[in-house]
Order: sequence, then structure tokens, then C-alpha cells
Amino acid sequence: MVDTDVRLGLSGSDLAIRDRQFKADVARLDESNLTPDTSAEFKALVDGGLGDEIVIAKRFRGQDFLTVKKERIVDILTVMRDDPECRFNLISDILGLDLLGFDREPRYEVVYSLYSIPHQKRIVVKAQVDEDDPSIDTASGVWIGAEWPEREIYDLFGITFVGHGDLRRIMMPDDWVGHPLRKDYPLGGEEVEFSHNVRDRVGAEDTPSPLF
Amino acid sequence: MSVTQLATTSSGLVRARDIPGGIELERYLDPETEQETLTINMGPQHPSTHGVLRLVLELDGETVVKCTPHIGYLHTGIEKTMENLSYYKALVLTDREDYLSNLCNNLAYSLAVEKLMQVEIPKKGQYMRVLLNELERIASHLLWLGTHALDIGAMSVFFYCWQDRDRVLEIKEHLSGVRTKTSWICPGGLRGDAPTGWMTRVKEFLDYFPARIELYETLLTNNPIWIERTRGVGVISAEDAIAFGMGGPSLRACGINLDLRKAEPYSSYEEFDFDVAVGTYSDVYDRYRVRIEEFRQSLRICQQAWDKITALGPNAPVRTPDRKISPPPRAELDTSMEALIHHFKLFTEGFHPPVGEAIGAVEGPRGEKAYYVVSDGSNKPYRAKIKGPSFYNLQALPRMCEGRMVADTVAVIGSIDIVLGDIDR
Repeated sequence: MVDTDVRLGLSGSDLAIRDRQFKADVARLDESNLTPDTSAEFKALVDGGLGDEIVIAKRFRGQDFLTVKKERIVDILTVMRDDPECRFNLISDILGLDLLGFDREPRYEVVYSLYSIPHQKRIVVKAQVDEDDPSIDTASGVWIGAEWPEREIYDLFGITFVGHGDLRRIMMPDDWVGHPLRKDYPLGGEEVEFSHNVRDRVGAEDTPSPLF
Repeated sequence: MSVTQLATTSSGLVRARDIPGGIELERYLDPETEQETLTINMGPQHPSTHGVLRLVLELDGETVVKCTPHIGYLHTGIEKTMENLSYYKALVLTDREDYLSNLCNNLAYSLAVEKLMQVEIPKKGQYMRVLLNELERIASHLLWLGTHALDIGAMSVFFYCWQDRDRVLEIKEHLSGVRTKTSWICPGGLRGDAPTGWMTRVKEFLDYFPARIELYETLLTNNPIWIERTRGVGVISAEDAIAFGMGGPSLRACGINLDLRKAEPYSSYEEFDFDVAVGTYSDVYDRYRVRIEEFRQSLRICQQAWDKITALGPNAPVRTPDRKISPPPRAELDTSMEALIHHFKLFTEGFHPPVGEAIGAVEGPRGEKAYYVVSDGSNKPYRAKIKGPSFYNLQALPRMCEGRMVADTVAVIGSIDIVLGDIDR
């Protein structure tokens, strides 16, 4: 440590943190693009004639992400499940993403996070879904366990799944209007009742408001 | 082993046939007697549904013809709320979704955030995380065993299990002041080190518990009533279990050797020596045996973790020194301006992970607990999707229940060990 650092009261750990600032700038370099040579899943899709469906293919923090168009999603997922190099037979999670905050087209993504038991690896396949046509083919033909997560995405985002046998709300009450996890849906909540904000309580008019 | 004798109804309304991998049901309306099936409601308030789960059962006598689960009674919008809280505050919510494996949820979330922030946790922090996770697994399985045995009729097991679970909760209380929802595992390490006397207390529990596992096995494993109620009940084929996305002991009882602690080791699990319990017949009895064996393996891991933590000594750090994510020790605030600034910024605004997405997955007591965290560079998670293993395990319930008796439904619900907080969030 230099003398100036001692006088400023910097300790060893704080200096290490200054170096961290530089590391944060190079953190973006941890992201790399995938090619059919570096990714077996990319290659499997290209071999299956689905290479044109891939929009983005990248590796970030050691995890592969494949962003695809939604039109042939069932074929893509079938290749993911059946190709001998892939064998992603276990659904880890199927979730919806509303990209309104990123100001990106298309607005929604249906994300399939898959796990391969034979190869013990993960892949994330993201299908882009438009705001104008928020529908996508169901994956419940590929894995029957996709039924409930797709119901949840329908319930909370409003994306319909074509061919789903039982598409109805699962979390919210059946007569709910709106799709709560969308970014333009308010967080909600009820205001706590105090004597100063409840007018129709008996004696409310006699209770003084606190000074704000 | 073939499926056990199914209940055949005298009216012959439902015929069930064994086919490879399951049962095929055939139902028809008898034109002579014109009998119909009876639809009844089980739940959402029911002691055997293990939470607010509603099952609409269509019955033909005692046989379940159709079983439809309805969930959402415990939905509190945890994911939506997490999008509006900073990363530290969102940690507190992670305790509350699967309320029986709080520390495992904390760890899954912390792993996702740490992956985004690219921080390394020191060794003692990792070993403490392992110890706490395994204690959490023991506590969760104890609750499972007590309630499952109670549903089937073995009431005394319930009391013994909750007595032992209370010892684990007292260990957590000694550590954090809170019995269940500690939020002790946070992004950056742990919220604090073990206080004086905590390691001794854990050691006492680790010495005390093996005899208790023997007690439970004596009461249940070779008990003819237990075997009668659980053998051959709730069978699901391995292919179906994988297709449904099941996980944890319910999947391992089908013969699939998948344990994330071995397959995708996190938080220094690769340094621990333990076995994975795998069943054969994928019935309720095998799921019971798998979880009993997981007691023993968790104890093994706890013992090794205890030895490793003791070897590192009381002065080893449990948090990363990276002040951009982990608050400085309180003593430093008196002398260092930078420490004060870091403390202030971390607790008012919070840290900002870079833009990106990361998955943090742990092996919880029920299966794979994973958090898919999306960051947009702000101090709040843009989206934190919680993968609840019970959500997928419950999806397979109709497949395991249809064609069997109502009493078997109760046994199956207990055996898949669902927690409604995990399902509904």
C-alpha cells in the first residue's frame, strides 16, 4: 500500500475492492457466442434442419442459452429431448418472461430450462413470443409435465398455449381478470386501515388526523 | 413386481387393467342400474392434504376414478413482490415459499445471485452452508415422517418426530434467533458466524440422532400394518416420473439416480463423502425407505462438515471480502470511511448485478430447488422465478392415485412430500 492510501484510511480489503471495479467492467467478457462446434445442442438443431430458428446462442456464466423463434418450438424441444448428444429428458422449469423493462421486441419469452439425466447438464431454450400474438404451441406433447407450468404462464402472463388440453387459471381464482406477472400490472396491495384514512367508520370524523 | 390388487367395484363401473408402466381405466355407465360416480371434495382444509390443497375426487365406491388437484390457495405473489424489493430484501421472501426448507431456498437464491455477481465464498462459509442445508433436510424429513405416519395411523411417530425436529429448530434459533425463517444464507456468504457454544450444540444433536433413526425404523420399517398400507401403493413408472418432471426422493424411489449434490456439486459438496439412496419399486414404501436412508447420509455429511469447520477454526471468514456485495463487519464502521459508505449503500440501495440471467439450483428435501434470476442491472431482481419441486411432484399425483382407493390417495399425498408454499408461492 502506498502512503496516501494509509492516510486515507484504506484497508487491504478496500484496495482489493478497487480492483473489483475493473473486474466488473470485464464481467461482460464472460459472455460468448456459441457455434455448432462449441455447443452440441446448437449442432443438434442444425442437423435437425432447425438452424434457422435460432436467433441468439450464447454462453453466460457457464450456462448455455439458446433463443429461438416460436413457430417450430415443438420440433426444437423434441430434438432437445431425443437427440443422443442432448437427451434433455427432465424439465427443470418452464417460465415466462416479460421483457417490457428491457424495451425489446418481442415482448415475451417462454423459457424452457431443461436438464439431461444421462449427460448431467443443463440448457436453457427461450422462445420469443410477440405481444400482438401471445400464443405458442404447447410442449405437453413432449413432456407431459409441461401442462401445469404452461397453465401458470397462461394465468400470470396471458400467453395461450395452442393444443393444451386444459388451459385454465391455476394460481389466481378462476374469475380473475388480468395477468398479474406482466410488468404493466400493478403490484397491488391494500392500504392499511388507520383512523385517518377510513372515513366510513363510526366515529371517524371525531378522530384527528396526524400532522404530516 | 406387479401392481397390487386394485379395488374392484361390485357394480363393475370401472375396470382397471395392468399395462406396462401403469394402469388403464375403463369406465362406463351400467345401463341396467344407471349408477354414476360420486364427486366429492377433499380440502382445501383437510389434515391429510398437507396444506391448502383441494382435490376433487370422482369416486366409484371406494375407487378413485378421477383426481383433479386445485391449487392456488396459498398464492401470495412472492415472485411479483421480489421484483419490487432489492436483492437483500428479496432474500427474506425466499424463506417463506417452501417453508420447510428455508435454508435450501436461501442457498438456491444466493447461488444464482453470486453467479451473476461472480463472487467466491470462503471455505468456511461453504461448509457452514452445507451443514445448515443438511440439518434443514433432516428437519424437513422429520416433519414429513411425522405427518405421513400420522395420516396412515401411526400417531406416536408424529410426536417423536416433532420432538426431534424441535432440537434442530433450537439449533437454528441459537444461530440466528429465529427458529424457521432465518434468512441466514445470503448472497455473499452467511449473515454471521456461529456463536459460542453452537458447534457443541450441533455435535450433541449429531450424537443423539442416530439412535432416533433406529427408533423410527423399529416402529415402521417391518411393521406389517405399515407395509400393508404402503407396499405397492402409488406406483409410478420411471418414464412417467421423468416426463412429469418429478425430482428428489420421489424420483429416486423409481430407480433414477439423480441427486444434484452429486451431479452438479455446489458449495463444496464435491469434498464430501456420501451415498445417494435409490429405490426400486417406486411405491410409497420405497419413498419412505429412501428418506430414512437420507437421514443417515445427511448425518454423515453433517459430521464431515462439522469436522471441517472445526479444523478451520473460529476466525475463518464466512463471508466474501468483496465489499460490493457483502457488508463490512460492524467494528470496521468506526474507523473506515469506505466501510461506512459500503454499509450505507448496501443497506439502502443494495448491489447491482450486471445484466444477465443465472440459475441457482440446489438439491432440496423435495427435489431440485432452482431460482432463475434475471437482472437488468438495477438493484432489484427483474424476474426471480422459483422452481418448486412440489409443483412438479404434485402434477404426477393423479397418475398415482387413479384406479386405487381413497385411503391410498392419503398415503400417496404424504409420500410425495408436498409443501403448498412451494407449489403456490
